[in-house]
Amino acid sequence: MPINYYIFLAVALFCIGVAGVLTRRNAIIIFMCVELMLNAVNLLLVAFSKMHHLALAKVDPNAGINGQIFVFFIMVVAAAEVSVGLAIIVMMYRNTHSIDVNFLNRLKH
Amino acid sequence: MGTTQILFWFLSVLAILSAIMVVVSKNPVHSVLWLIIVFFAISGHYILLNAQFLAIVNLIVYAGAIMVLFLFVIMLMNLNADAEPQKNKWLKIAGVIAGGALLLVFVAALKNADLKNQIAEVNSGDIGLIHNLGIALFNDYVIPFEISSVLFLSAMVGAVVIGKKD
Repeated sequence: MPINYYIFLAVALFCIGVAGVLTRRNAIIIFMCVELMLNAVNLLLVAFSKMHHLALAKVDPNAGINGQIFVFFIMVVAAAEVSVGLAIIVMMYRNTHSIDVNFLNRLKH
Repeated sequence: MGTTQILFWFLSVLAILSAIMVVVSKNPVHSVLWLIIVFFAISGHYILLNAQFLAIVNLIVYAGAIMVLFLFVIMLMNLNADAEPQKNKWLKIAGVIAGGALLLVFVAALKNADLKNQIAEVNSGDIGLIHNLGIALFNDYVIPFEISSVLFLSAMVGAVVIGKKD
């Protein structure tokens, strides 16, 4: 497939994630939209790794494998991030009995 | 149109529609279920690109572990559509316009890019197989791999400390 299609698909998913972060007030949904953005970037990295693999396969049969390893590490970091983030959301719910992110405004006082 | 093209367009449309449904669903549980469908579609794209290891890891880690964690937290808090906090209408419109403007900027910047002869290889290539990825991971990337284990340990300690009832 032409790389353009993957770029536009990933851009569309990323922008849907951005719009979700901007329009919702539920902290969990905002968090899920961040995951959506991470996945859009992962898809683009895998597509680019296959693109360079095709161009460089004659020289180096493993060309482009770095992109897929980066995706693996992004997944690792995302899993760690989700565990801490959900713990923070649970703590926030326990203190305010709401998951509305506007409650976090009071942090500035 | 070959099978690959049909699968590509089907998975793309499925991913984008499900992503939109994630954002517009009132009920958080429905959002989680739509997001699982997005992850399945993205895993399908990985399989089309012959990145089979990442497809399986994406399903196990994201659709399996992370989404179950989200679902668990949502059900623990007993959230439903009635308790859903709503932004006012103008802020929502402003958010959608901002996201759409970002999409417009990206598309305008990329539509004339000279990528016509750059093809992402589908259905072939073996760099995505677990054998090659494992060799690269444990030869060239063994230090980041070990550091990620420390990251997981600290994340686990952090989650326990934050979640502890004091």
